[in-house]
Amino acid sequence: MIKVRHKELALFSLKKILKLICLLVVVSIASFWLVEQAPIDPVKIYIGAMSVTPEQKAILEEYWGVNTPAREKYLNWVGNALRGDLGDSLIYRMPVSDVIKERFTASLALMASAWLLSGVIGFFLGIVAGMKNGTWIDKAIKTYCYILLATPTFWLALVMLLIFSVYLGWFPIGLGVPIAVAAQEVTLLDRLKHLILPTITLSLLGVATIAMFTREKLIEVMSSDYVLFAKARGEKGFGLVWRHGVRNVALPAITLQFLGFSELFGGAVLVEQVFSYPGLGQAAVEAGIRSDVPLLLGIVLISTMFVFIGNMMADLIYQFVDPRIKQQETRA
Amino acid sequence: MSVEMAMNNDDREGSEALLKVKDLSLSFFQYTSGLRQTELKIISNMSLEAYSGEVLAVVGSSGSGKSLLAHAILGILPSNSRLSGSMEYKGQSLTPEKKEELRGKEIALIPQSTTYLDPLMKVSEQVMGSSEKKDKEVMRKRQTEIFQRYNLKAAVGRMLPHELSGGMARRVLVSTALMSSAKLIIADEPTPGLDERSLDETLKYFKDMAKKGCAVILITHDIEAALKISDRIAIFYAGTILEEARIEDFRNDGEDLRHPYTRALWNALPQNRFQAIKGHQPMQDELNGGCVYFERCSIRTEHCSKDIPQLKRISGGLVRCNNVS
Repeated sequence: MIKVRHKELALFSLKKILKLICLLVVVSIASFWLVEQAPIDPVKIYIGAMSVTPEQKAILEEYWGVNTPAREKYLNWVGNALRGDLGDSLIYRMPVSDVIKERFTASLALMASAWLLSGVIGFFLGIVAGMKNGTWIDKAIKTYCYILLATPTFWLALVMLLIFSVYLGWFPIGLGVPIAVAAQEVTLLDRLKHLILPTITLSLLGVATIAMFTREKLIEVMSSDYVLFAKARGEKGFGLVWRHGVRNVALPAITLQFLGFSELFGGAVLVEQVFSYPGLGQAAVEAGIRSDVPLLLGIVLISTMFVFIGNMMADLIYQFVDPRIKQQETRA
Repeated sequence: MSVEMAMNNDDREGSEALLKVKDLSLSFFQYTSGLRQTELKIISNMSLEAYSGEVLAVVGSSGSGKSLLAHAILGILPSNSRLSGSMEYKGQSLTPEKKEELRGKEIALIPQSTTYLDPLMKVSEQVMGSSEKKDKEVMRKRQTEIFQRYNLKAAVGRMLPHELSGGMARRVLVSTALMSSAKLIIADEPTPGLDERSLDETLKYFKDMAKKGCAVILITHDIEAALKISDRIAIFYAGTILEEARIEDFRNDGEDLRHPYTRALWNALPQNRFQAIKGHQPMQDELNGGCVYFERCSIRTEHCSKDIPQLKRISGGLVRCNNVS
């Protein structure tokens, strides 16, 4: 079914890479400029409540480059970033790249499981609602979706935490690993236990979008000529939906799910914050609040790339996997 | 009543119609403004009979609801439609349950274009249709045979619908009907945009099906195509059948034709007089209870505007007109 067109694919990749570079440059300049405008004094943050002499302060200012012009600072940063050095995080006291690596792994587990879960459940609910269009099941699913869509993420996370962790005590209240356990003694099970509730919370939000989309799309497919013809040939019931409906809805639904990467990341920031889950989102909030500029810039870059990859996957499916798009291209 | 009589008087030697449609009316419910519902009549008091071994053409202009006739027979109308009248298949009443049982098995539809094929499914798989695992091999063999008969290469089976050329698509659609052992084949507008040669070839497929004993209903707007292969032609106008004539009746100046509209249609053909008549087919809201052809009729009388003429049998054909005998 899929005939990969190598030449076009190469051109596609090249274009995308160029776009990503441009995007990263623009995003980094914008973030850098914003940070520059912010009334942040790194020296003050570093000193905190310590008492220092003016001489010591001057040394620190020299060290942080407070009086270096912004452009020079940016170029320095870019130069180092190109060599793979994103600087040191102020709050974690270690290289930004290490912080990101550690945090991103944790976030990735959360986001990937939430992404899969919301995709599968949402698709399933959408198919059921679309099949039973107009019945009470459909109405129930629609109502559920509307409520979810109207629910703020952090609020939902708080409610989940209250019910399942505080009252029922089924899950740990927060963090990614148990408290007061040596790092080498943390088991996979421990990690999973801490992952479940944030994952469910995050996926619940994704479910609504994908379910509503799948439902709409299935209704459209079920009223198409080819489904009518399939009916005319004696196909019916679930067999009909499976043979023609699910196949035709799956591709656009997967595409949409990839396009949802940005919402996924945004949701993760809030969910991680509420659950104190040590992911990238939480680190971003920390970096923002405590003015950890190198870490903030590093996270901006990595999240930009993350969302970009999601969109690129959607484009890839759209242009290279779906034969109907090829059909339209040849017609045009 | 008169329909009943007319049809019983049929002089066909003892053969019973495979499909009888009597007084079929079809309407749709629509919400117009707010919650106000209106009924849109598409087909009214339509009757026709299809015989095994014959091609019956239903000729009418595009968008006049001919396709819905096919959907009504198959029982695949949308849920906001209302159907009345009676249908019989092999002498048995064609109930919705019966339709569901028969469609795809004894009654087959040949659709008009590739939009009726699933865009993501390989052609061969679609032609085979859905079948149980154990029957899969039998179906595959059958599909291969039919493709050979229609001069379709095995590679065509591996294509997706959008990769088919016009001629290929036509043959693929026709071959879907042959997969079943259908006795009644309804071809819905199977010839649009075909060149002379492909047209003749396609029409030949239908003629062949009739020769093998099927009853073929050819729904088309192309009267010339219909004239080439049909045994009988029913003229569909403003939701009903104005005349059903044998193919022999279409000759010379159309003096054997019964209805003024059929005659006008015949005389409008380029090879005949090439004369068009004025006016247009009335929309449902333009009808005023009289004959649907009243506005354009050359032989109308005052009586014609009062009520709809009954279908009556005149010299071996059916006609819905007061002023012919």
